[in-house]
Amino acid sequence: MDPKELKRVRLVKRIAQEFPDGALVNLGIGMPTMVANYIPEGRTILLQSENGFTGLGQAAQKGKEDPRVVNAGGQPVTIVPGGAFFDSAMSFAIIRGGHVDYTVLGGLEVDMEGNLANYMIPGKMVPGMGGAMDLVAGARNVIVAMEHTSKNGAPKILKKCSLPLTAKGEVDLIVTDMAFIRVTKKGLVLEEIAEDTTVEEVVKATEAPLHIAGKLGKF
Amino acid sequence: MKPILTAEKAVEDIKDGATLMVAGFMGCGNAFTLIDALINKGSKALNLITSDTAYPEVGVGRLICQNRAATLTASHIGTNPVSGQKMNSGELKVTLVPQGTFAERIRAKGAGLGGVLTPTGIGTAVEEGKQKLNLNGKDYLLELPMGADFAFIKAEVADKYGNAFLPGATKNMAVVMAMAADHVILEAEKIVEPGELDPEKVTIPGIFVSAIVKSTLPAANLQLKP
Repeated sequence: MDPKELKRVRLVKRIAQEFPDGALVNLGIGMPTMVANYIPEGRTILLQSENGFTGLGQAAQKGKEDPRVVNAGGQPVTIVPGGAFFDSAMSFAIIRGGHVDYTVLGGLEVDMEGNLANYMIPGKMVPGMGGAMDLVAGARNVIVAMEHTSKNGAPKILKKCSLPLTAKGEVDLIVTDMAFIRVTKKGLVLEEIAEDTTVEEVVKATEAPLHIAGKLGKF
Repeated sequence: MKPILTAEKAVEDIKDGATLMVAGFMGCGNAFTLIDALINKGSKALNLITSDTAYPEVGVGRLICQNRAATLTASHIGTNPVSGQKMNSGELKVTLVPQGTFAERIRAKGAGLGGVLTPTGIGTAVEEGKQKLNLNGKDYLLELPMGADFAFIKAEVADKYGNAFLPGATKNMAVVMAMAADHVILEAEKIVEPGELDPEKVTIPGIFVSAIVKSTLPAANLQLKP
């Protein structure tokens, strides 16, 4: 595995430890989807696919695709034993009614007030918010999984988001290739750092001020 | 009993400029036969309401690629780049709606509600121009009902009263759209006699359905991502 991929795996593995047994979880497309592969042994979580079911399973094997069972990205997938199908109104009642325990989404920018921007870059990328605004506003715990900085090294954890917001003040945790950061009323708290970095490096790569936890962990 | 029509006959009354809901999610659950008939009829300037625009030349995505829509209300257009291109060039007027709000606005229309109060979109561009209410210390947006002249619904099985079974993840927006459109055209892979579809298996009650059309295009293959 290349070093970048190893860092991603470390990040999603760390997130996977957050879910208690039996949690209902909705994973965004991309890196968040990887979280499902690293649930600690002895625990089971139930994944929701917001297009209409709980019990989202692995991608369908080639030749065994069922066009009636696709994930929110449109790819043919499977449903696990114990899953349930429903319509969009039910699916989004589950999301908006606070019945989803955790959602994990990617982020373009997050700020010290827990604001998240992840659905558009004006003039460049305007795909629409899909279910992201509902998920971030409705899920009980919102975890942002992303690279700590942009491709050119610019911080993505800011004092104030500059891109259009997906939701205001809803993010609970930010997990990156460098750090595990909790959003609290007093600001961002650096609780853990990756094993190949230092607090100084994390602070340098973060625009928002960080409170350093008394007992700093490593992952 | 509901009229069982050919696809051509069923779409005959859909005038240019009509508002049309198309159920489906990334093509899964799109009524391919009805969409095809609408394209063959030469329909244009439609006001399209659909969860997403699928992929280029797949399902509802064809209506975009072949310039049949003047406006589009959807939650996601990212998988069909043509939608974005037409939005940027001004050919297509696009309104993006959070997916849960999209479903609830349609449900509100079908259920006779005056609107929906939701925290989704608070503090974002979605709240622009909308009434905000603070109830019990929490901010909500007032989202108004959304209806349509026609809706295209796709079922696996329908009985002649229009009761329909929609399997798996094909239910998506179909259930709310069936309630919210003046004329609901139901495309079914199989049409059976009353009594042959177990009432316990009915996803959409036939009372909402105006006409039934038998599918002539396969649902499989076409709706998988190209």
